[in-house]
Amino acid sequence: MSIVENVSRRKFLAGGLATGALVLSARLVSKRLLVAHGEESAGAAAFDPTIWMSVAPDGTVTIVAHRSEMGCGSRTSLPLIVADELDADWPRVRIEQAIGDPKYGEQDTDGSHSVRSNFELMRQVGATGRSMLISAAAAQWKVAASECSTEPHFVVHKASGRKLGYGELATAAAKLPVPKKEDLKFKSRKEWSYIGKESTALFDLPDMVTGKAIFGMDAAMPGMVYASIEHPPVLGQKIKSYDDKAALKVPGVQKTVVIETVTPPHAFKPLGGVAVIGDNTWATFKGRRALKIDWDSSPHSSYNSAEFRKTLEATSRQPGKVVRNVGDVDAEFAKAGRPGAKIIEAEYYTPHLAHVSMEPPVAVAEYRDGKVLAWAPTQNPQAVQETIAGVMGIKKEDVTCHVTLLGGGFGRKSKPDQVAEAAVLSKQLGKPVKVTWTREDDIRFDYFHSVASMYMKAAIGADGKPTAWLQRTVYPPIGSTFDAAARYADDEMGLGWNNLPFDIPNHRAENGPADYHVRIGWLRSVANIYHAFAIHSFADELAHNAEKDSVEYLLGLIGPDRIVKLDLKGDEAEDDKSYPLDTARLRRVTEIVAKNSDWGKRPMGKGRGLGIAAHRSFLTYVATVVEVEVDAKGRVHIPNVWTAMDAGTVVSPDNIRNQCQGAAVFGTSLALFGEITATNGAINQSNFNDFVIARMSQAPRHIDVEVVKSEAPPAGVGEPGVPPFAPALCNAVFAATGKRARELPLAKMKLV
Amino acid sequence: MIRLKVNGQERTFDGDPGMPLLWYLRDVAGLTGTKFGCGMALCGACTVHQNGEAIRSCTTAMKEVAGTEITTIEGIQPMHPVQRAWMEIRVPQCGYCQTGQIMQAIALLKDNKNPSDDDIDMTMSGNLCRCGTYSRIREAIHTASKELAGKERA
Repeated sequence: MSIVENVSRRKFLAGGLATGALVLSARLVSKRLLVAHGEESAGAAAFDPTIWMSVAPDGTVTIVAHRSEMGCGSRTSLPLIVADELDADWPRVRIEQAIGDPKYGEQDTDGSHSVRSNFELMRQVGATGRSMLISAAAAQWKVAASECSTEPHFVVHKASGRKLGYGELATAAAKLPVPKKEDLKFKSRKEWSYIGKESTALFDLPDMVTGKAIFGMDAAMPGMVYASIEHPPVLGQKIKSYDDKAALKVPGVQKTVVIETVTPPHAFKPLGGVAVIGDNTWATFKGRRALKIDWDSSPHSSYNSAEFRKTLEATSRQPGKVVRNVGDVDAEFAKAGRPGAKIIEAEYYTPHLAHVSMEPPVAVAEYRDGKVLAWAPTQNPQAVQETIAGVMGIKKEDVTCHVTLLGGGFGRKSKPDQVAEAAVLSKQLGKPVKVTWTREDDIRFDYFHSVASMYMKAAIGADGKPTAWLQRTVYPPIGSTFDAAARYADDEMGLGWNNLPFDIPNHRAENGPADYHVRIGWLRSVANIYHAFAIHSFADELAHNAEKDSVEYLLGLIGPDRIVKLDLKGDEAEDDKSYPLDTARLRRVTEIVAKNSDWGKRPMGKGRGLGIAAHRSFLTYVATVVEVEVDAKGRVHIPNVWTAMDAGTVVSPDNIRNQCQGAAVFGTSLALFGEITATNGAINQSNFNDFVIARMSQAPRHIDVEVVKSEAPPAGVGEPGVPPFAPALCNAVFAATGKRARELPLAKMKLV
Repeated sequence: MIRLKVNGQERTFDGDPGMPLLWYLRDVAGLTGTKFGCGMALCGACTVHQNGEAIRSCTTAMKEVAGTEITTIEGIQPMHPVQRAWMEIRVPQCGYCQTGQIMQAIALLKDNKNPSDDDIDMTMSGNLCRCGTYSRIREAIHTASKELAGKERA
């Protein structure tokens, strides 16, 4: 019944967002069968087509999107797979956004795995519906189902020239048993009408260009009040005293409410602080400026970025925990005194980054009778349920989370702390509350991309190729957000560190410990950003040291076509079975971008240069060539970028191009400008003036994307375009200027 | 009492005259197509037209718009060639900044019917897009410019 509630709430909240309600009576599969099916295959993973789609008698097909739309296309791509196997006419498909509910399985739209993890399930949902519609038609015509076929939105009996629309068949089909998966007939690749084709744009595109799209910022509940929260400037600071007299005099301000300061582990709990409650957003912002708060000190008040960097670097020079070992790097380094052998070392550093999705964190929630109803731009509605349940001491099932469109996410919106704030305030105020973070809140109180330090060491043989390669990485791990004692980055090792694809006989990857002082979180492509920066900058350093062409050298490092044997555990080991690390695919994307960029033939004037990097992340192979022009003032311009992505089977090629174009801009921002620093525990940046992201004039002018044709299983798309960008850019800057960037952002480096 | 016209409709406002137009539009008038991004005129998500000129509504106080005519994305009717070009080129990813981008692009094409890449970069660089749709925005503006030129010739 949650969907019925969903529809009515939506209408009530968002007006025209949902015009046609779900027609429950015409659900394709009856509830009775659903129960029987559930008993057969117990557990949350039981296949239940009714939760995913329905066909109404008017022919409207409703498909549930259980993952969030933050710009990566998941909300369109998954229903599109269902529609393809169902053989539905896409213009007659409606998409209904799912609430958070474990019946949908995992719902965290992160890790670039929405399509990868749901491709076969979505196909099964569509094929099930198609099979039942065919059976209904066959029964009506008294012919064998095998004689029937479909064309978009119709079942056809070619022999007699008869056809029936899906809507006409819906009621009869709903009475039929759900066919078993092994009895389903799936379309062949050749028969796909939407998957891999160019014909389909984002479902929400018309609403997005007319201002009708409903983001979290646009959600509202009747009778709601507005809240803006002054958070502790330093993580963990408590309020000593505060004075809200001036704030309460601001017209429109109703009152102030204290939220208790968070204690570790911070997870997604509210940070704490003083909330200003008002009649409108502006009143609460203005009221906050009039607050006077005296904060206590925190264990993190000693956090200073410059000193912390020294600590990280010192750790990176010491042996760490070994996360992958091949051969014996130490023995090889010990031979370094031999004639012709050489040791090369380099250290790389990247700062904290903030997500700055264009829509800052925002949420509306109402607490009533022990239950919470929330509307939020969240990547993870089940985390909203769990977090609010934990913070408020209620049951997860008593938290209903509706998901709006997200004005960007990039990993920030996997963490629903602002939704919990709204729920906590609503309980205190007895009415619905909308919490809006300012851009300053967003930047100062982010779950930051980690600051990282990497140490690299190679022994070089007579042919210029490394005979040994040691890499060590150190940074406060994301795990510290969930376990204050976590100092090693166990979960991040699979993000470009324990899977070096190079053909080097002796290799060791290590990780050193670090303490956290701010909340650390995932940011688009996560640890791949600094791992790829170190690995592919270092690879290019070795190429220049060997006086070899960078592409030729990189292809030599990738080496002969082979499956790289990795020593992985848990989910990573499972992924490795279906998605082995295939160097032929990495080589191919490298060769494609070299060709597309006219590498080696492209005329390069003074101050111009090309750089390359090829990196596999989220099981997708990406190579990028960046062309830079460094002007007389040392400013970096990027006239051209070429990217090739092999993400296996592709649902929407145009979406891949869009994601890769976006990744180039995201990469430009972090490579040229992005830096978050702390002084005495407080973040120094606050808005787009001091946390800079690329503007149109600073972004690459032309971005060419080649989507590699592949029948391999689908892999990630949203994130993998990002990691190779910064090293390719820095390698290009070296080619243009002879200056090697060993830290980001480049804006801090004098290039002329 | 502040009087203004929003999307052709007469309106009055007797609240805080220092309230930015953005929050009046969103919280008071219920026109949520105009977005909040920074509050400092740094990102352009809040772009609307005042007497046909693009302004940042997040730093424009209500007292500054008294007696003027405001157009928001909801007031662009029927669909503008810029919006059609945005759909044809499939510009948006998350879509949040795009209403501001579109309002800025409409104003650009009013002043400069055939903008060069550099003209577009210059005008549109006040509008941030974290998804990074800039190359498609540039392409869509060229597409819209051609459609508008075609209309004038016809």
